[in-house]
Amino acid sequence: MLIEIDDLSVTFGKGRDAVQAVRGVSFAVPARESYGIVGESGSGKSTILRAICGMAPVTGGAIRIDGQVLPKRRSLAFSRRIQMVFQDPYASLHPKRSVDATLAEPLAIHRMAGRDERVVRAMQDVGLDPRFRFRFPHQLSGGQRQRVVIARALMLEPEILLLDEPTSALDASVQAEVLNLLSRLREERALTYLMVSHDLAVIDHMCDRLAVMKDGRVVEELDRAALAGGGAREPYTQALFKASEHETT
Amino acid sequence: MNVLRREWLLDPNPASRAQARAGQFYLGWLRLIRNPLAVIGLVIIALLIVMAVFAPVIAPYDPIAQNLQGRLQPPLTGGHLLGTDEFGRDIFSRIVYGSRVTLYIVLLVTLTAPVFGLVVGTVAGYFGGWVDTVLMRLTDIFLAFPRLILALAFVAALGPGIGNAILAIALTAWPPYARVARAETLTVRNSDYIAAVQLQGAGAGRILARHIAPMCVPSVIIRVTLDMAGIILTAAGLGFLGLGAQPPMPEWGLMISTGRKFMFDQWWVAAMPGLAIFIVSLGFNLLGDGLRDVLDPRSSGR
Amino acid sequence: MSLLEVENLRVAFDTESGPVEAVRGISFGVDRERVAIVGESGSGKSVTGRSILRLVRPPGRVEADTMRFDGQDLLALSERRMRAIRGQRIAMVMQDPKFALNPVMTIGDQMTEGLRHRERMGRRKATAKAIDMLAAVQIRDGARVMRAYPHEMSGGMGQRVMIAMMLIPDPDLLIADEPTSALDVTVQAEVLAILDDLVKERGMGLIFISHDLRLVSRFCDRVLVMYLGQIVERLDARDLDAAQHPYTRGLLNCLPSIGGERGALPVLQREASWAE
Repeated sequence: MLIEIDDLSVTFGKGRDAVQAVRGVSFAVPARESYGIVGESGSGKSTILRAICGMAPVTGGAIRIDGQVLPKRRSLAFSRRIQMVFQDPYASLHPKRSVDATLAEPLAIHRMAGRDERVVRAMQDVGLDPRFRFRFPHQLSGGQRQRVVIARALMLEPEILLLDEPTSALDASVQAEVLNLLSRLREERALTYLMVSHDLAVIDHMCDRLAVMKDGRVVEELDRAALAGGGAREPYTQALFKASEHETT
Repeated sequence: MNVLRREWLLDPNPASRAQARAGQFYLGWLRLIRNPLAVIGLVIIALLIVMAVFAPVIAPYDPIAQNLQGRLQPPLTGGHLLGTDEFGRDIFSRIVYGSRVTLYIVLLVTLTAPVFGLVVGTVAGYFGGWVDTVLMRLTDIFLAFPRLILALAFVAALGPGIGNAILAIALTAWPPYARVARAETLTVRNSDYIAAVQLQGAGAGRILARHIAPMCVPSVIIRVTLDMAGIILTAAGLGFLGLGAQPPMPEWGLMISTGRKFMFDQWWVAAMPGLAIFIVSLGFNLLGDGLRDVLDPRSSGR
Repeated sequence: MSLLEVENLRVAFDTESGPVEAVRGISFGVDRERVAIVGESGSGKSVTGRSILRLVRPPGRVEADTMRFDGQDLLALSERRMRAIRGQRIAMVMQDPKFALNPVMTIGDQMTEGLRHRERMGRRKATAKAIDMLAAVQIRDGARVMRAYPHEMSGGMGQRVMIAMMLIPDPDLLIADEPTSALDVTVQAEVLAILDDLVKERGMGLIFISHDLRLVSRFCDRVLVMYLGQIVERLDARDLDAAQHPYTRGLLNCLPSIGGERGALPVLQREASWAE
């Protein structure tokens, strides 16, 4: 198993104001699989991704990558194995840095050479016109920005991509393009995906197996075939399925 | 030479970082000059700079040459545009040369106080915890000092002079910038783009200098232009009290102070430098307001 | 005579690099029915909604050959008379209650504000009316909600409060700008059902602005599809699958569906010809 989440708990705040965002969640993702976590707002799904990145206060359980428990401070080596694609393309690119600066930065941090070729190649890989190289984020559309976010995540050639609602902030037609891009990249680079979304249809399309979360707990874990075939056992999963159904007529 | 052509600047696909930055600057400039008040402010500041740079060419007389026969002449007599003071020195020339002193004060304070405040504020806001507490209490201490009293204390300890006056002003001017920078940092610190670069393994130094500070700079710039008026007035006040510039330096505040004695009969001796201070302060205020409109929406990212 | 008649509406924003046309000459009419305006970002749908209420301020310019509400020319009205219409006869429900409700006033104060100031209703009467309205949006514990602040509400509840607040003056036309987009999927259905009932009960006209084509097709009578500032297709909601325009067809087909194919999703190929 490449990613193992073992009885993970995340609590924000202390004492009376403590909020348990994640309560004893466990699941495992083998290499090269695409695993989805679906849930509504407040379910804790995004918090799990942040916990993996070392950006959430873990108060119980363990996170193991390739069998090894992650140390408290994420190392440089960690950033070369795991990267994240964020939800809001408007908020995840620095407004005052051009596409070139954003993409070249991981290279500079890790002292990797070949900035020019790598930046241009990265842009081409995600279907961005290399002429946009020196544009600023506000000069790009939502779909273009998200492509930059994906390109940035792939600059360090990670094996695992964490995707936090990667298409929620995009228009439907752009969403299709970005999802297709993500599928293609996964196949080309043999990546492992851990994707979080509130949209059951997106998760179903992109993932092999999925976990349904509510109020910080995993309600049910199932695979695609089971979901499509109406094999959801828990009432919450069924409710979610029904509410998402109008998209599927 | 295609460098400064409008199409080159507005090219949607800049071919280099330099072109991209120039284009953004040009757009900001276009936005600024749509505001007529900002243009007035800009013109005033430009005139100030021109006056300072070309003082020897513009000023008709030597600012410190005395002419006791022609003392206290009213404006527009005997070739003196704004009249003469109690030593017969041409007031217009003194104002022109005095612009150098004003600009000197402005530049020195601008290069020190906001920069220091920006560093303190971003570090405090980013690290939080005890670093934040210590730095903010330090800021509070300096903020609590009334500027003029501190200047008095400095001058008493180190002797009067324009340099010490500037030091006193700078030491009391930096705390607001630290506050502004810290507030901006707190807003920005939890953004996804900061999380992204942290996830890439960037150290705190890189994040502060290249990611957080640039987001704080617009607020600091706006604050600086709006504070400029206050700084000029403080320097003038110190000059007025005899704590800053010393005679015969043509510093505007000092000119008002010495002209005080003649206020009723020869009002121009004090009023002309006063008017100069008023116009320059107004210019900075108008420019600051115009800059706020240009810089703020950009910094929100959309 | 239609409740709302709009002919050749044009909205442009003057920026430093030239005018940006958000709406480029659209015409439509709304009666006491449910009309959806569907489009993606940049289509001009939200701007259209705001133009009707004359909420577009400079540097935006709103021009139209006709913009008539119940016979009155909206463009010719003075600001004062427009204010009498805004909120009273034409109401607007926006996307995110977090941003549309005043965070420093209690729900009760916000809901009764209009009644007490405009209609000079006494506090007790206004409160009773507000609680009635809350019951109409299925908030049973009205008295408690009146004392709460917006941040204490969940998304769905906040949106229901918004709807209640907007419907208190009993408007003739309601413009709903993405009212359920910020809500969880299970809550969306509830809120839509409530909105549906209220609109039918009161015989209001409804303009439902959304990016979700399938959602509006279940909920509205007619659909107007906008692209880059123009209406590219008009259809009855039940005829959605028979849509002709390639943009509409593209929008319908590009969504993933549960149990659908795993391969690449059909992607919308934009043609320049759609934009004229």
